[in-house]
Amino acid sequence: MTAKNRFTVVGRPLPKIDAWAKVTGETRYADDLVMPRMAYGKLLRSAHAHALITGIDTTRARALPGVFGVITGADLPRVKFGILPVSQDEEALCVEKVRMVGDAVAAVAAVDEETAERACELIEVDYEPLPALMSIEASLAHPEVRIHEYGDGPNVHKNVSLQFGDVDAAFAGAHLVREDVFYFEGNTHLPMEQHAAVAHWGPDGKLTLWSSTQTPHYVHRLLAKILDVPGAHIRVIATPVGGGFGGKLDPFAHEIAACKLSQLTGRPVKIALTREEVFYVHRGRHPVLMWIKTGFTKQGDITGCHLKTWLDGGAYGSYGVASTFYTGVINPVTYKMPVYKFEGARVFTNKPPCGPKRGHGTPQPRFALECQLDKAAEQLGLDPADMRRRIVADPFTKTANHLTVTTIGLGECIDKVVEASGWRDKRAAFAKGVVTGDRTIGERTRKGIGIACSAYMTGAGTAIYWNSMPHSGVILRADRSGGVSILCGATDIGQGSDSILAYLPAEVLGLDPKDIHVHPADTSLTPVDLGSYSSRVTLMCGVAAIQAATRLRRAIADAVAKKLAVEPDAIAFREGMVGVPDHWEKAVPFAQAVELGEALHGVLAFTGSYAPPKRAGKFKGGGVGPSPCYSYSACVVELTVDEETAAIHLDDVWIAHDIGRALNPLLVEGQVEGSIYMGIGEALMEEQVFRHDLHKAPSMLDYKSPTTLETPPIHTMLVETDDPEGPFGAKEAGQGPLLPVIPAIANAIYHAVGVRVDEVPITPDKVLKGLDLKRQGKTPRIGPERIPLFTFKEALAVESAFGQPLDAIAVRPFADEDREDRPRG
Amino acid sequence: MKVRLRLTVNDEPHEVLVASHKTLLEVLREDLGLTGTKHGCELGECGTCTVLMDGLPVLSCLALPADLEGRRIATVEGMADGGHLHPLQQAFAELGAAQCGYCTPGILLTAQALLRDRPSPTRDEIREALAGNLCRCTGYTKILDAVELAALRMS
Repeated sequence: MTAKNRFTVVGRPLPKIDAWAKVTGETRYADDLVMPRMAYGKLLRSAHAHALITGIDTTRARALPGVFGVITGADLPRVKFGILPVSQDEEALCVEKVRMVGDAVAAVAAVDEETAERACELIEVDYEPLPALMSIEASLAHPEVRIHEYGDGPNVHKNVSLQFGDVDAAFAGAHLVREDVFYFEGNTHLPMEQHAAVAHWGPDGKLTLWSSTQTPHYVHRLLAKILDVPGAHIRVIATPVGGGFGGKLDPFAHEIAACKLSQLTGRPVKIALTREEVFYVHRGRHPVLMWIKTGFTKQGDITGCHLKTWLDGGAYGSYGVASTFYTGVINPVTYKMPVYKFEGARVFTNKPPCGPKRGHGTPQPRFALECQLDKAAEQLGLDPADMRRRIVADPFTKTANHLTVTTIGLGECIDKVVEASGWRDKRAAFAKGVVTGDRTIGERTRKGIGIACSAYMTGAGTAIYWNSMPHSGVILRADRSGGVSILCGATDIGQGSDSILAYLPAEVLGLDPKDIHVHPADTSLTPVDLGSYSSRVTLMCGVAAIQAATRLRRAIADAVAKKLAVEPDAIAFREGMVGVPDHWEKAVPFAQAVELGEALHGVLAFTGSYAPPKRAGKFKGGGVGPSPCYSYSACVVELTVDEETAAIHLDDVWIAHDIGRALNPLLVEGQVEGSIYMGIGEALMEEQVFRHDLHKAPSMLDYKSPTTLETPPIHTMLVETDDPEGPFGAKEAGQGPLLPVIPAIANAIYHAVGVRVDEVPITPDKVLKGLDLKRQGKTPRIGPERIPLFTFKEALAVESAFGQPLDAIAVRPFADEDREDRPRG
Repeated sequence: MKVRLRLTVNDEPHEVLVASHKTLLEVLREDLGLTGTKHGCELGECGTCTVLMDGLPVLSCLALPADLEGRRIATVEGMADGGHLHPLQQAFAELGAAQCGYCTPGILLTAQALLRDRPSPTRDEIREALAGNLCRCTGYTKILDAVELAALRMS
């Protein structure tokens, strides 16, 4: 039997378990919830980017008929909060100061939304404006204007510096050393569903919050702190999320205000954000300026790399400390990089706060490195695909910065995209302006083909708050009917985590996924899962589900073995039956097996727990970057550029992704295609930019994102490496594939028209400028020309761990001793 | 000011008394309890709230009672024939064309109108027809596949 067909559920392109509800309109998102006596809430938001609040008068709003309650920050406990313990800098309703346009200062609950909105207009807020700092340069140039009183310097939220080996020696020994500067503009998640929350604070003093959140557990923890209410009296239920991408990972003002207003009015309160509010709530991609210096041998090997990043963090911390590390720490995972130095700084500005968006902090440096590799390959006279193939990192080793890497399918990924795209022929033909295939190139158009690769983590190795508990847990209960219920805190944001929670127990127990009842994301029912971020859910809840199912399987096997008078090890589970393979005629239906089990053991309910292996590097900052395993992607883009208008048309995208194992290839492809799409938007059009202190495009018409017409055919190929850390070998798919498409587009544009746009998004006006420079005989490069005057911290010097074999035994807490992750039989 | 509005939704006649500026989106979701129709912008920019009015796709967030009197409205709740899903619904579920599912109702109805006009559309015609419906999850690939599969099954 081959590895593949030992599975019955895993590897099959099954519909998601919630697909039927989604195609009939039955799925109830947060804003679809309606309760008797429910009030509608609205937030009053600041129109100032930076100002002191000198007075708030709510008298007129309270007097408006139909208003049930009005609150300001004075009605909430005076406590600041934030998703990261090190950045407790937010208030649900600002009391003394606003730091961005869109900061909430008051909230109203009323009979309907319109009345609530009118009441907000009647609230009088007196502001004393402060200078607004709207760029990294402005914030660094004006230390006398402080956005926050904490951090690593005036308006500097975080300043980090890590060095692994001697970069100067690495550059001295290089044949070619390149220094390049890149800029990646910020952009936002733009989920189709606007955030919404419904709170019900009962007369018994117990609070329930239904919210479109990606992380009910963190919201639960933080609500207890923010509202100063015992966590035991709070229940948070994540409703099905209509798109997250990282945008629904913080506790938000509307959630907190809905809770407080519900307590005050004695009614359920719903607050749903408008699209404009969603743009200001943000927490999206950081704008990042990057300086990168890399040494290469003649053959294209990297001798060492030094990266500096400056992040425009916006007005609050959010996940920013993690984002800052992520602009540096994942870089050495893709290629052999023996020596590495990383310096990063996150700067506060008076803009909506940035945070985690799909790829969290890594697409920006990935763009920089992959474009620089392309430039180096050209200088060295190497084919960019061959050069990358040569320098792919070695599996089961450590990186310079002490990350443990397990399986690596990147070499095969490169081979697949090179082959499928016709890379070699097209690379040569397009360079000569020759047409291949049936596409024609007009007089004004040029074709190009570009490549880039990437790696991404499958789950963060450490939780957001330091603890030794599971990152994901499940409770699995077998019912006498033969059905099995699984309870898990995981949150389905469309990626299919509910389905994974059905597939894996079904695989272990020989059942149909339909036999599994999934109960997710309810803090009073489900064991904690930390949330849908860092591509952690399939791996972590998956391994926990397998553990619980394996424990259930053992209990049932004991009972059936007793009845059949055989050893428990002889028992197999398949097609809803339990028995001995050689005497299958005596096998009993699963429901009967459960009855035998329950008679022997009592109630059949088992837990599964997962925490990542403890592999963090033993240095300060070593906790960001470790992951159980890393996914790999290679991407080739073919495109056409009109030399007169600089219109860019994507013809085809080929992507090969090392998924470890595709638990459901249909869902993996969907994640890959969605990632490519989102990367295309970032590469060519999406930008969260400001005119003075206002968002330039806070609407879906003005904020350009790709439609069906701009999204090219995407050819997805999956590579399976069967990673020992993943559930049945699976790694992540939801974020990694976004990374390579952006630099692949930049590299293809250069291949087409010889213009280097070292700045994202690559819009036609930038390409046109480059073409003009080319005609004038100047260097056709568009991008940042200088870097800020800024002193990074003294680097923490740590010896490079590059190439070391991984530790013989990585301790994975909660693992069963025999680590029976895979089913027998 | 409230107005009396008579309209047919999914073949059921309704009569409601609503504010004259209340949109069809709000009438469907709030007055008729049909929350299958979603909203993404309420400004006519994203296509999420698309329903069919007399068989043609319209943005329900822009349609006011003055336009609605006597109209026949079709929403996602009316697509299935009793217990049988519409071939588009079946194909979207089977092929993974709905991820978060939030844009799905609007896309299903737009596609339904397309297939009524052009039972065997080319992929580019499908792209063209769905160009006003944003989806942030799928990259559209599986959506186009699903419309093609449904068209094939319906022909």
